[in-house]
Amino acid sequence: MAEEVLLFGVWGSPFSRRVEMALKLKGIQYKYFEEDLTNKSPTLLKYNPIHKKIPVLVHNGKPIAESQVILEYIDETWKGYPIFPKDPYERANARFWAKFIDEKCLPGIFNACWGEEKQHENAVKEACELLKHLENEIGEKKYFGGEAIGFLDIVANFIGFWLGIFEEASGTKLLTREEFPKLSNWVGVFVSSSGIKENLPPARDKLIAYFRSQFGTGSTDATK
Amino acid sequence: MASQEVKLLGFWVSPFSIRVEWALKLKGVDYEYIEEDIFNKSSRLLELNPVHKKVPVLVHDGKVMAESFILLEYIDETWKQDPLLLPQDPYERSKARFWARVAEEKLLEYSFTAMCTHGEKKEQALKSAVEAAEKIEEEMKRNNKKFLGGESIGYLDLAMGWIAYWLPVWEEVGSMQIVDPSQFPATTAWSKRFLDHPVIKQNLPPRDKMLVYFHERRKILGGLV
Repeated sequence: MAEEVLLFGVWGSPFSRRVEMALKLKGIQYKYFEEDLTNKSPTLLKYNPIHKKIPVLVHNGKPIAESQVILEYIDETWKGYPIFPKDPYERANARFWAKFIDEKCLPGIFNACWGEEKQHENAVKEACELLKHLENEIGEKKYFGGEAIGFLDIVANFIGFWLGIFEEASGTKLLTREEFPKLSNWVGVFVSSSGIKENLPPARDKLIAYFRSQFGTGSTDATK
Repeated sequence: MASQEVKLLGFWVSPFSIRVEWALKLKGVDYEYIEEDIFNKSSRLLELNPVHKKVPVLVHDGKVMAESFILLEYIDETWKQDPLLLPQDPYERSKARFWARVAEEKLLEYSFTAMCTHGEKKEQALKSAVEAAEKIEEEMKRNNKKFLGGESIGYLDLAMGWIAYWLPVWEEVGSMQIVDPSQFPATTAWSKRFLDHPVIKQNLPPRDKMLVYFHERRKILGGLV
């Protein structure tokens, strides 16, 4: 039976790009559908009725939603390039930091870039405290996954690429080389890695303009 | 096998630490339970979970881990005896992980908020909680086995177990109803079967103490939520 893999995504979304990175690392052929989030397709709503969000992976007619859940599915279904570590403790650690990135870092960074002006200084301080944890976690490793890109690197694509976009769009600088030398190094390695660099959104200016149009030009008295 | 030292830091009324205890007990894994006062956190807890400063924390042969769903997966991967908590099939596994998140991020969040608030905020949270409960009810209806994990309790049963026991307490404390048995027959039937399981039945916090505790929480959080 011919295998059918469909991916519903949005070109500028870190979440759908995560899934593309995983599919490409595994060498899986898939058909991509670009969604217009202001006018969601009936197909998307059929495949993700609960959240009505992208990304959604459809494998032989079976839909899977939530980017981290999709990454686990991809690694369990297709052999070849290993996305997750083998050891249960390392897996728990990778999942822990992935959850931390999505549940704490993303909102924290968003708040620092586009939160209320009078909370700006505090929000920046908090976002930097969150990034400090990642600075400690990457340590001397080339990638979060060790010698090769793994699950946590893919989830951290937000830090690797979109953080820079947010910083430029909002005028708030968070990830400085002085304060975060190791994480800054990782960013450089990550975006130039084969398997990743081809899968980052093109048209950086368009992406910056998009975020500005969605969230504004950011807190003006950014001191960082 | 070398000494398997397992420690679990928990809090007596936390559905998050209790679901980990359920998993360990179902698998027959010996562990040392350490009660933490989450309102007066020990230096040990702050050292073991500096990022979130929360329970549960699992320490296995010196390896420290946190986040209850992650701990359930770790337990299943490390102790491979029955019951197998996650399904074998990757698609079924993805569904279990997906629904665990729905129950946690929607039903639990909104229910707890509805319990602690009043007026417009409460009404909104209640409405969202019921919507989430309806989606879960459909899933429960679709599952025609004894538990969501099949014939034995699995990951999704453990993830949703709080619905069977904590939610009715929150409903009472919050003077509200989210899972009306007549509107949610599948969830209600599953809740009863879940609580009837000998391991679960013997590992529940006392209801009267829970009512006192959550009444207090409601008062304190009422102004802040």
